[in-house]
Amino acid sequence: MKILHSWLNEFADFGSDVDAIAERITQLGLAVESVDRVGTPVKGVITAKVLRLEKHPDAAKVTRVYVDAGDGVERHVWCGATNMQAGDIVPLATLGTNMPDGRVITQRGILGIDSEGMLCSGTEIGLSSDGSGLLILPQGTALGLDVYEALGVDSDVVFDLDVTRNRPDCTGYLGVARDLAAGMGKQLTLPKIDQSSTGKSLTVPVTISAPERCSRFTVLVMTGIVVTQSPDWIARRLARAGMRSINNVVDVSNLVNLELNQPNHAYDFDAVKDGFIVRLARDGEQFTTLDSVERTLSASDLLICNAQDQPVGIAGIMGGLQSEVTDATTSIAVEIAYFEPDAVRATSTRLALRTEASLRFERGVDPYGLDFAVARFAELLRITCPDLVVHSGGTDVRTDALPAQVRTTLVRLNTIKRVLGIDVSAKALEDLLAPIGFTVTKSSNDGVVDVGIPSWRNDCNIEIDIVEEVARHYGYDNLGKIVPTSPVHGRLSDVQRRRRILREIVVSLGASEAMPNPFLAPGDLAKVGLSEDNALKLANPLVTEESVLRTSLVPGMLKSIAYNQSHRIRDISLFEIGHVYPQGTDVLPDEFESLCIMVAGADASVAMDLWSQVSSALGVGAQLAQDQPPAGYHATRSAQLKRGKMVLGSVGEIDPTVLANAGIVGRVASLEVNLSVVLNEVPKPQSAQVVSKYPSSDFDLAFVVANSVPAANMVKALRQAGGNLLIDVSLFDIYRGKGVSEDARSLAYRLRLQAPDRTLTDVEVSQVRAKCIAAAEKLGATLRG
Amino acid sequence: MSSSSSLASEISQAQTEALSAIAGATDAAALRGVQAELAGKKSALTVLRSQLGKIQDADERKSAGQAINACAHSIEIAIAERMSSLLEAERAQQVATEAMDLSEFVSAKRRGSTHIVTQATQRLEDVFIGLGFQVAEGPEVETDFYNFEALNMPKTHPARSEFDTMFIEPTSADQEPNSVLLRTHTSPVQIRVMQTWKPPIYAVMPGRVFRRDTPDATHMPVFHQIEGIVVDKGITFAHLAGIIEAFTKAFFGNEFTSRLRPSFFPFTEPSAEFDIRRANGAWIELGGCGMMHPNVLRAGGIDPDEYTGFAFGFGIDRMAKERHNVEDIREMYTNDLRFLRQFS
Repeated sequence: MKILHSWLNEFADFGSDVDAIAERITQLGLAVESVDRVGTPVKGVITAKVLRLEKHPDAAKVTRVYVDAGDGVERHVWCGATNMQAGDIVPLATLGTNMPDGRVITQRGILGIDSEGMLCSGTEIGLSSDGSGLLILPQGTALGLDVYEALGVDSDVVFDLDVTRNRPDCTGYLGVARDLAAGMGKQLTLPKIDQSSTGKSLTVPVTISAPERCSRFTVLVMTGIVVTQSPDWIARRLARAGMRSINNVVDVSNLVNLELNQPNHAYDFDAVKDGFIVRLARDGEQFTTLDSVERTLSASDLLICNAQDQPVGIAGIMGGLQSEVTDATTSIAVEIAYFEPDAVRATSTRLALRTEASLRFERGVDPYGLDFAVARFAELLRITCPDLVVHSGGTDVRTDALPAQVRTTLVRLNTIKRVLGIDVSAKALEDLLAPIGFTVTKSSNDGVVDVGIPSWRNDCNIEIDIVEEVARHYGYDNLGKIVPTSPVHGRLSDVQRRRRILREIVVSLGASEAMPNPFLAPGDLAKVGLSEDNALKLANPLVTEESVLRTSLVPGMLKSIAYNQSHRIRDISLFEIGHVYPQGTDVLPDEFESLCIMVAGADASVAMDLWSQVSSALGVGAQLAQDQPPAGYHATRSAQLKRGKMVLGSVGEIDPTVLANAGIVGRVASLEVNLSVVLNEVPKPQSAQVVSKYPSSDFDLAFVVANSVPAANMVKALRQAGGNLLIDVSLFDIYRGKGVSEDARSLAYRLRLQAPDRTLTDVEVSQVRAKCIAAAEKLGATLRG
Repeated sequence: MSSSSSLASEISQAQTEALSAIAGATDAAALRGVQAELAGKKSALTVLRSQLGKIQDADERKSAGQAINACAHSIEIAIAERMSSLLEAERAQQVATEAMDLSEFVSAKRRGSTHIVTQATQRLEDVFIGLGFQVAEGPEVETDFYNFEALNMPKTHPARSEFDTMFIEPTSADQEPNSVLLRTHTSPVQIRVMQTWKPPIYAVMPGRVFRRDTPDATHMPVFHQIEGIVVDKGITFAHLAGIIEAFTKAFFGNEFTSRLRPSFFPFTEPSAEFDIRRANGAWIELGGCGMMHPNVLRAGGIDPDEYTGFAFGFGIDRMAKERHNVEDIREMYTNDLRFLRQFS
């Protein structure tokens, strides 16, 4: 909402300190987004007359204009505009002028021909919002004068307010001024208006067939109209508010809308003299709005029709072409009504048609401000139509749905104390609220008052709404700042702490955290070997390529790897911790948090190493089900991580076909872990083992083991055979090749024996060694010489 | 006498020879050889010692023994001294010859990095933990109830349209359209926390949120917010302003201050925007806050006549973007390692 300083000051003496005004408006809750000075003279721009125009054969897009700036000297100016002709008076920015946009006018022309200045549009010098051509000044304007002086333009300030939804009254000057006057302790002055009617009775009958949707509809007839141009000050006011001046009638309609927040419509009287019918549209009914667009309506849209049931406007949004005021109009019917806000919004949204009227109706205008607004309309129109006659017999149809003029709510003073922390007496409450139109009456209960809510504040209904008004006018800054002492022990939960540890571990293992898009394209899941049947779809995706919700982190991670590979990045190692959303049996999906680490150019053993680090850091284990390779993984180089029937994750290499589909070169090692399960499993604290004081004995054993025997089984066998004395066994070498048959490999283990209570004898060591060898041989392994 | 004087001269000769052998050893290994030889059965001193028994005169034998012992002692000292100087020289030589260029090394494994949004989230969590808050989480796919209805936005509430909600296609015929959605803010977690925890509640809720916004330099359809609530008896607007101020100083620095100015949100009343600034700097809009609306408390199962509460929230991505001077927020989501690795 653009608010002009000069116009605002008509409602109260707010003074000239615009920064202070802006600050106060902001503190009242109407955020001032910008404060712009307009009409500030640009020194060096003077009036000049166009003498003649000339085309240059080598410059099709510009014209050579010869002007006279009152000194009798003919000046030559290059000009890109086309709307001027000889005899026009236009603004000339002379050489050396500092333009508002930062340009300095120089002699530099084109084709080696100098330009002695620049001819200006209205926007270039801040005089209008029309930048389509040169600003043409009235004939007879003296030449060589400062343009601003010649036009009698005052500088002004435009406050651009961000009016929140809870202030339906502040899309008009009156509402802003009322709040500001209260906030600055000034007296609010309304425009003085003669509300009497002078002419004979002329009544336009009104039928409302949708009483819930239109609860008040007033029509007043005015004659003696001469449709003409508005005076400059009105045109300028509208321009600065971002509207174009059309003619005196339309301009007055717009002024009343801006000033009093009352959208209204002036019809050519002849088009509607037989009456109005306010009714719901028929499904599919067509109507051409003022902007010449044919609209298709639905049965939930409200129409204003003439007595012949032909639509003349979409209620609260936009009128039609037929009944518009034309240059020939001499009589008008001014309609001001109250429409149900939600329905206006629904229609406006469905038609994607936002207008100055719909903006206000959908928030809710003052249903009791209609009479004042129509009187103001007449008052303003009389400026250009001195013979204006306002006829008696105006129509005012109200239905049962019309909101009460004064609504009330009980307010406990203690609630103000509880929410705002301040003691406010009934008297103090009245002092705060009366200037903005609320009434405060003592009720029969002590400490409870009855607050009357003005008709322009449909956002206020219950006690807490009044508390907010108190806070605004008491001043947020005056409510104090107290840091509450939390009685709660601030900390991360076990899951959150373990998640942080996990992140640190994964980062220390070389992976960087990615955040791929959780939205996938249809087919993305199939490309990684997963079903799309349990994936949720977006009903209104931005683009189809982002319309499926992921059920796995794999597609996003593979995309990220492919991206990095295509940018020739080395040592690609990425991870993500994020939610996946497979559909379940409930309304909400079986959403869970997952970890995925991927390393490009690495094989399954790297993935296993990742898992061993992660599982030991988190203190959780799982069985390695290599006979059940996870979907999308390399069938002979992967395993599910399981506990009983529960799947905790997947480990191994991504399937070569999946990699090919993703455009990835080389192998990719991958680890996925269901964190919603694993992070929740907080291990018990480890009990300390006594460290033996006695010496330990080491020996190495290397076996040739058939490929069909998992290395994990070997370790298990060695551990069992070693018993309590075997305190450590680790695989330190794997060899395939010469000296070992093709279907086997050599696995070398280092074993350490130690007793807690004695030094082991050579005999004991060799006994354990023999047991270990025997156990390995049971698995078909043979000891290497 | 003659035999004793000859013994003395033999001792003296053995000493001289031993000392010269010690002096002649040019490295520790050679010296150890000399040492072994001198202690050996064939060494002059050993031989002389073995002849002591042949001396008849007790006094003479005693003095000869003492002379041999003195000699052996002097040899020991000489060996120790020589050994020490040889080792010192050897280590000096080692240090001199094995110079190493420390810039010449091969990294075993590069450390990765956490995402800057994660870093910002953790920094925020830590500040609030210090202020006595716990951290709560909730699902990203939500019901209409938690995302809107419970937050004082019934079905026809106009504010709903401002959230640019992304809806999930119904998964069954009896599921109402638009009843399941991607949460548009972290506020649903407020309700879930109130329903499961008991006051006093001091909780912050960071997380991923979704809006149907075309990506540009400052907006992503998927982004992150953090939100906080305090619910207890006796909580007032002044406490809200106090927490915002304490957070501002803890997170941005002591030179920052905060202010609240009236605004509107359906779920709080009175509502405020909060701005921060350095002393005399320009105000920077940071987020929204307010006293929890009685309807919201009720939706969380809390009696608004007994308890009051406040809520606040703001975006996390912008914190990360501005801390690291990222020009275009989309860059944070390309997952380009050249970007990610800058922030390890």
